[in-house]
Amino acid sequence: MWYFIARRVLYAIPILLGVSLMVFLLLKLVPGDAADIMIPPEAPREVAAMIRARFGLDQPVHIQYLRWLQSMATGNFGTSIFTNQPVASELFSALSNTFMIAIPAVILGFSCGVLLGTLAALNNGTWLDKLFSSVAIAGVSLPHYWVGMVLVAIFAVVHNVLPGQGMGPEGFPASWEQIKHLVLPVVTLSLIPMGVISRLVRANVLEILSMEFVSALSAKGLRTRQVLLHIMKNATPSALALMGLQFGYLLGGSILVETVFNWPGSGSLLNLAIFRRDIPVLSAIILVLATIFVVINILVDVLQALIDPRIRR
Amino acid sequence: MLTEAEVIKRAAAGKSYWVRVRERLLVDRLTLSVTLLLAMIVIMVLAAPVFATHDPTISSVMARLKSPGYEGHWLGTDEVGRDLWSRILYGGRYSLLCGVMPVFFALLIGGSLGLAAGYSGGTINSIIMRSMDILYAFPSILLAVAICGMLGSGIGNTILALTVTFIPPIVRISETVTTQVRSLEFVEAARASGARPLSIVRFHILNNVLGPILVYATSLISISIILAAGLSFLGLGVTPPDAEWGLMLNNLRQAIWVNPLVAALPGAMIFITSMCFNLMSDGLRSAMDVRM
Repeated sequence: MWYFIARRVLYAIPILLGVSLMVFLLLKLVPGDAADIMIPPEAPREVAAMIRARFGLDQPVHIQYLRWLQSMATGNFGTSIFTNQPVASELFSALSNTFMIAIPAVILGFSCGVLLGTLAALNNGTWLDKLFSSVAIAGVSLPHYWVGMVLVAIFAVVHNVLPGQGMGPEGFPASWEQIKHLVLPVVTLSLIPMGVISRLVRANVLEILSMEFVSALSAKGLRTRQVLLHIMKNATPSALALMGLQFGYLLGGSILVETVFNWPGSGSLLNLAIFRRDIPVLSAIILVLATIFVVINILVDVLQALIDPRIRR
Repeated sequence: MLTEAEVIKRAAAGKSYWVRVRERLLVDRLTLSVTLLLAMIVIMVLAAPVFATHDPTISSVMARLKSPGYEGHWLGTDEVGRDLWSRILYGGRYSLLCGVMPVFFALLIGGSLGLAAGYSGGTINSIIMRSMDILYAFPSILLAVAICGMLGSGIGNTILALTVTFIPPIVRISETVTTQVRSLEFVEAARASGARPLSIVRFHILNNVLGPILVYATSLISISIILAAGLSFLGLGVTPPDAEWGLMLNNLRQAIWVNPLVAALPGAMIFITSMCFNLMSDGLRSAMDVRM
C-alpha cells in the first residue's frame, strides 16, 4: 500500500513540472510581457530597461522559467501589477470563498446523485427510472451559468426570497444572512456532479444487480434493506472517485457560476486578472488550481486503493 | 432473384453489425426524435437569412427588452432593441460551429495520437500518454479559459482552446480501445501474414475502434457547446456585435431584472441543443453496444 502511495506521489512531480512549463509557455504567448503593461509608452528607454531588469525580463527564456518556477515553488507568487498587493493573500482569500461554495455543492450533488441513481436502477424500466434518468441527463446538459441566471430570476427577482448577488455580510460566524447567500450558487454548482454521479451510480447498480451474489444474498433470506446495503458497498468506491474528480472540476470551473452570482472566489479573480492582463495573478491562479487538481487526483486514487485492494498493483 | 445457395449463405452469415445497429436505431423513437429536432435546428440556423424576420444587428431605442409578441418580434427584443428570434438564429451559427469544430479537430488529432499510442505501445505510448497526463492536470474549463484568456477573445481562439481541451480525453479513449483490439487474434493473424503496420491499422483496427470513439465524440459536442457559449459568456469568445448564444446571455444578464423571460431564451437554446446531442449520443451508444 505504501509503495502504491509513494509511486503515485512521485509520479505527480513530472506532471507538475509539465504543468508549470505549460503555464509559463502560455504566459509567453501573450502578446507583450508584464513590462509592456506597466511601462507607459512615453517612458524613457533607460527606465523601461531598468524595470525589465528588475523583473528579470531581460534574461533568456529558460532562465526566466527557472526563476519563475523557483519563486512559485517557494510560495512567493509576486505582487499584482494592477493592485500592487501580494498575489498570495488575494489568491488564498479568493480560494477559500470558492471552497465555501464548492464543498457544499459537491456534497449535495453526491448525495442527490447517489439517491437518484440508485432509485433509478432499482426501478429499472419504470416511469420512475425514466424520470430520474431525465433529471440526470438534464443535469449534464444544462449550461449551469444559465441555470444560475434563471434561479436568480425566480428567487431573487420574481419572489425576492433569496439574495442573488455577492456573499453578504463579512465575518466568519456564519449568520443566517450568509447561509441565504450560499443557497443559489451551491444549488447551481451541484447540478453537474449530481447528473454525472447519478448516471454512473445507475449503471453501476444495474451491473451489480445482475451479479450472482445478489441473488445468493436474497436466497439466503436477507431482507431487501440488507441486500441494498451490500449493493451500495460495491457501488460507492467508483462514485466516491468521481466525486473527487468533480470537486476538482468545480474548483476550476466555478468561474462561470461565480461570474453569474458575483461571488468573490478564485474564478472571479481569474476573470479579473484576464481582463486586467495581470500576469502574476493569472499565472498563480492557474498554477495553484492545477496543483490542487493534481493533489485531489492523488487523494482519489489512494482512497480508491484503500477501499478496493484490487486497484493496488 | 437470388439463388438458393446465395440465400443460405446470407442467412448463415447473419446480418452485419452495422445493419443491426441501424435496425436498433430505427425503433428507438427517442433517439430518432432528438436527431430530427437537431437536424431542424441545424437547418434553421444554416438558413438563418431565410427564417430571420429582422436584421440581427439593427437596434431600436424604442423597442428595448419587449416581451414576445411585440410588433412583429415574435420572441421579443434584446437590451438594445434587436430582434431576438433573428439573433438566436444567427447566433446559433457560431454556437454550433464552436460546438462541433473543436470536437472534430480533437477527433482528428487525438484519434490519430491515440491510435498511434495504442498500436505501437512501448516508448511511443509512454511519451504520448504521459504528455496527455499533463493536459489532464487542468480541469477542462480552466484550460479553455486559460488559453482563451492568454490568446485573447475571438472565434478562432475559442476553437483552438476547446480543441486542446478535448484532445486528452479522446486520446485516452482511443488508446484504450486500440490496445484492446490490438491483442485480438485477427490482428495477430494479419501481422503474421506479413501485413505492414499502416495497413493493419487502416484495414483491421480503424473499423473496430471508430465506433466507440465517434460515440464518445458526440457526447463531447454537448459539453463543447456549453463550454463555447460559456467562454463567450465570460467575454472570451465571439466578440460583439456578432450574435452568439453565450454572448447574448451575457448581454441580457442585467435585463433579468426587467424581463426575465427574454433574458432566459438564449440559454434555453444552449440547453436544448446540448441535451439533443447528449440523448443522441446515449442512443447511439446503446444501439452500438454489442452486449445488449
